[in-house]
Amino acid sequence: MDNNKNWIDQRFPLTKVWNEHLAEYYTPRNFNFWYFFGSLAILVLVMQLITGIFLTMHFKPDSANAFASVEYIMRDVDWGWLIRYMHSTGASAFFVVIYLHMYRAMLYGSYKAPRELIWILGMVLYIALMAEAFMGYVLPWGQMSYWGAQVIISLFGSVPVIGPDLLTWILGDYAVGDPALNRFFSLHVIALPLILVILVFLHIVALHTVGSNNPDGIEIKKNKDKNGIPKDGIPFHPYYSVKDIVGVVVFLMIFSAILFFSPALNGYFLEHANFVEANPLKTPDHIAPLWYLTPFYSVLRAIPPMFGSQFPGVVGMFAALLILIALPWLDRSKVKSIRYRSWPYKIALGVFVVSFIVLGYLGMQPVTPVNAFLARVFTVTYFGFFILMPWFTSVGKTKEVPARLTE
Amino acid sequence: MSEQEIDLKKRRFLTNATSVVGAVGVGFVAWPFLSSWMPSARAKAAGAPVDVDITKLEAGQLVRVLWRKKPVWIFRRDATTIANLKTLDSELADPNNEENQQPAYAKNTHRSIKAEVAVIVGVCTHLGCSPTYRPELGAADLGGDSWKGGFYCPCHGSKFDLAGRVYAGVPAPTNLIIPPYHFVSDSLIRIGVDPKAS
Repeated sequence: MDNNKNWIDQRFPLTKVWNEHLAEYYTPRNFNFWYFFGSLAILVLVMQLITGIFLTMHFKPDSANAFASVEYIMRDVDWGWLIRYMHSTGASAFFVVIYLHMYRAMLYGSYKAPRELIWILGMVLYIALMAEAFMGYVLPWGQMSYWGAQVIISLFGSVPVIGPDLLTWILGDYAVGDPALNRFFSLHVIALPLILVILVFLHIVALHTVGSNNPDGIEIKKNKDKNGIPKDGIPFHPYYSVKDIVGVVVFLMIFSAILFFSPALNGYFLEHANFVEANPLKTPDHIAPLWYLTPFYSVLRAIPPMFGSQFPGVVGMFAALLILIALPWLDRSKVKSIRYRSWPYKIALGVFVVSFIVLGYLGMQPVTPVNAFLARVFTVTYFGFFILMPWFTSVGKTKEVPARLTE
Repeated sequence: MSEQEIDLKKRRFLTNATSVVGAVGVGFVAWPFLSSWMPSARAKAAGAPVDVDITKLEAGQLVRVLWRKKPVWIFRRDATTIANLKTLDSELADPNNEENQQPAYAKNTHRSIKAEVAVIVGVCTHLGCSPTYRPELGAADLGGDSWKGGFYCPCHGSKFDLAGRVYAGVPAPTNLIIPPYHFVSDSLIRIGVDPKAS
């Protein structure tokens, strides 16, 4: 055993990597519930990759055959229904986990220096994941696939001057059709997964360079013992690997309950209209993207056309997404964790969470005058959170941050 | 807690128990993925029995149908052909069908249920080519007068008689396969299902 290890270590830094990233990677000892979601995101990513590989073996990326091939997977392939529902439920689970993971960063100021790059890499991951999910949703070629693609891609057509040509270029045709399906398939199964895996790798390398933040927002590396080990640190393995197993078990219980009892989750995870084959002649009565995209979709709908163009709404939608990247520089507070933040920040974060959830809800509802008004109000509060952040993070009294972890 | 002595035995038990439960879980999850590679319901349905109507089949005429993605020959033999089959024994590798290449009900000289109707899987037992139908008597390129009609495999030169029996000294080791089949009526053959009696 030891001989084999030596043989490998002389040729590959196996023990070194194991120690640096697991056995001797010192993590704050006070991780709580919110720290489950990083490892869960990796679990879901692996699950999506494996189920995706197996679905690709049976799926036909051809507008004439795609819908039938998905039904073939559901009915004729042994266990195909399970693999497909694991993949579709996994997509929504991915976003549940990612949103909680991002909210954790906002709660404890994990995006603040020196972790800005981890945040940026995470944001790029999040945007790539949205593209991945959107293109994946087009593949079954149901009514929602088709009309969702139609609406989202039309956004690019609103770009001034080059819009119409850009649209044709993206579609490879004059309407959503076989070329679009085929290229989305390629991007969904190869290009974006590759990018996602590389970004996850970079995200973790960046994290392990500066070390994890914690619920107190205190840098444990400032207090080291004579061996250079943080006094408030414990090795990731076995302490957090074991803790994460508990998170995995609980997550899989909830995941399996949805997977086996309600994989479409009443239209939230798989919309009803997507069980009908794409029909270019008939738009479904009610059309909305899946829940994880709806906050941004709401912003799009909330901004009225200006100068005879839908472009401002498109800009607003992408701004709502991209402004998150600026968070580390908008936040001027001296403390990281919500535990020591001032009242104005706590209130603002509450308003932000409510805005995001309400926008998400409105994005799934039909447009009515009341809904449109509400969407505008919450679009303003959403952007207000970011625009006013430099102000409300520098006023108000923050609590004294202790030198050592409190728990 | 730090005062307490570490119970290594208990720790080892918990580690092993967790690992075993985890491994069993992985095994259960792996099963659906591995079995998704088995023939799907569609592939199985494609292997369903095939019905062939032979009402219009003339003596000497051969039709090919696809059964489980393999060519199956159905052809009608006249009295001369049936008589000739009995004269070939000395030239064949397995004239009496000792090799299990046919259902029991086709283990006879003409290798069929009815002597005049042949049903044979048209795949050479050498390397899987489909032999050519050469019913003409005394074909010069196939041995002249001694050729009583049969099949010739263009890939490696194997020869079979009109009952699908292999000639001696050719690459193919065994007779052609006879599929399970039965007569639904006098004019309808169902390939893929044995007669009820057997």
